Amino acid sequence: MSRALGTAVPRRRGRVPAALLIPAGFGLLFLVLPLTGLVLRAPWTTLPQRLTEPGALTALRLSVQTATLATVFCLLLGVPLAWLLARVEFPGRRLVRALVTVPLVLPPVVGGVALLLVFGRRGLLGGWLDATFGVTLPFTTAGVVLAESFVAMPFLVIAVEGALRAADHRYEEAAATLGAGRWTTFTHVTLPLVAPGLAAGAVLCWARALGEFGATITFAGNYPGRTQTMPLAVYLALETDLESAIVLSLVLLVVSVSILVALRDRWMTSA
Amino acid sequence: MTGRGGRTTLAAVAAFAVLVMAGCGGGDDPGSAGAAADGRVTGTVTVFAAASLTESFTRIGRDFEAANPGTTVTLNLAGSSALANQINQGAPADVFASAAPRNMTTVTEAGNADGTPSVFARNQLVIAVPRGNPAGVTGLAGLTRPGVKVALCADQVPCGAAARSALDAAGVTLTPVTLEQDVKGALAKVRLGEVDAALVYRTDARAASADVTGVEFPESARAVNDYLIVAVKDAPNRAGARAFVAYVRSAPAQAVLAEAGFQAP
Repeated sequence: MSRALGTAVPRRRGRVPAALLIPAGFGLLFLVLPLTGLVLRAPWTTLPQRLTEPGALTALRLSVQTATLATVFCLLLGVPLAWLLARVEFPGRRLVRALVTVPLVLPPVVGGVALLLVFGRRGLLGGWLDATFGVTLPFTTAGVVLAESFVAMPFLVIAVEGALRAADHRYEEAAATLGAGRWTTFTHVTLPLVAPGLAAGAVLCWARALGEFGATITFAGNYPGRTQTMPLAVYLALETDLESAIVLSLVLLVVSVSILVALRDRWMTSA
Repeated sequence: MTGRGGRTTLAAVAAFAVLVMAGCGGGDDPGSAGAAADGRVTGTVTVFAAASLTESFTRIGRDFEAANPGTTVTLNLAGSSALANQINQGAPADVFASAAPRNMTTVTEAGNADGTPSVFARNQLVIAVPRGNPAGVTGLAGLTRPGVKVALCADQVPCGAAARSALDAAGVTLTPVTLEQDVKGALAKVRLGEVDAALVYRTDARAASADVTGVEFPESARAVNDYLIVAVKDAPNRAGARAFVAYVRSAPAQAVLAEAGFQAP
């Protein structure tokens, strides 16, 4: 869809209005300056030995694994939910859409407490899970995935719903007139149609899950190798050693930015 | 313990001020009272205090305002290390009350203290268990039984360091399910019944006595935590800062601290 625009744009190049350019520059500066602060304060001489500390790598591995699992979980449940919101008329749809965004406005720590009240040992479902299957989620890696999914899923649902609403309905209608059922239409027409939006949503979701702190420490606790993700390790490092915390933050930044850039090149190469 | 003489003088001045104030009673012109060493104490006193002082410093702050009409105490409550960092980065604090000597040292070594910090309270650990003590915990040894879930503070924060000393003193090795970022986090896990026990300060257990029972254990005497207070060097309200520090060491404030479960220094 960017092709049609692409042919028209070059003619107007060089006439970027200052009213847009200046605030854009300040916006970029506002986002990038704090990162510069981190880079400048980083203890570059001791960086290699701090990086190879086993605790840091364990936390990094756990972070990447849980964020990825959380994204898969969110895709499995969030894409159907986005489809429902975008394509099916049902009473209370506005309310449902508002409910989906609740985790966005809820302080993550409160989200963690809410999860405990439902999935905790004495929670509404957690007690039953424990009694019936002997499964307890708090203080487990599965608990980390659950907490991250709770906080990150709205990003995916909103992005995919937006893509679905923007997509051209006529392709789906054509598929239907040609005899395709709703499921076939969904898998063969709708999903490919919204693939860029889906990828963008998944990337946002993954990034949010990777940086998750409040819900994770509240619901899953903090134990090295099991539930201590990178943001938790950074927070605790801040208690004693600012430079360690800076190094850990930079590692998290470098890893996430490289993965995001790599994925962008692979998934969203339309230009 | 150095510089006690100076502090005693200050304390006496503040106590005198309190007495004068109390004598004046309501309705009298506050302008005639409250002479501190370098002028009347007025304005806002900004107190950076450790999170574990939340309940007691809220009361002490109110009492201080009542004793010094025209003053307002503003509390900034957070982890001691975060507060120490904020002060060293130039935050406009008048007073710093730390839950651990280490965080106070961060401030004094940076040259940001006005005088020598003094110990104004001590705190000990207890085993916090959910009401009714479902796992039947009576001492540190009971925490190692299989199936008993325990929350500790992380070693990096004061309550975690204290827990480590107490466990070492008792020769107990245990694997907690979580190492919490602060004492309130550990306490929350007990309140919600997610763990069977947590090592927290006695004051925290007492503040949560509706949901939590504190089990005393002898080894806690081996891991007593000192709370220190000092006026900040670049305090925007220097007279107010010194008066507040003196007030915290006075009998009325010490009574509030004792009621919260703190021990006297």
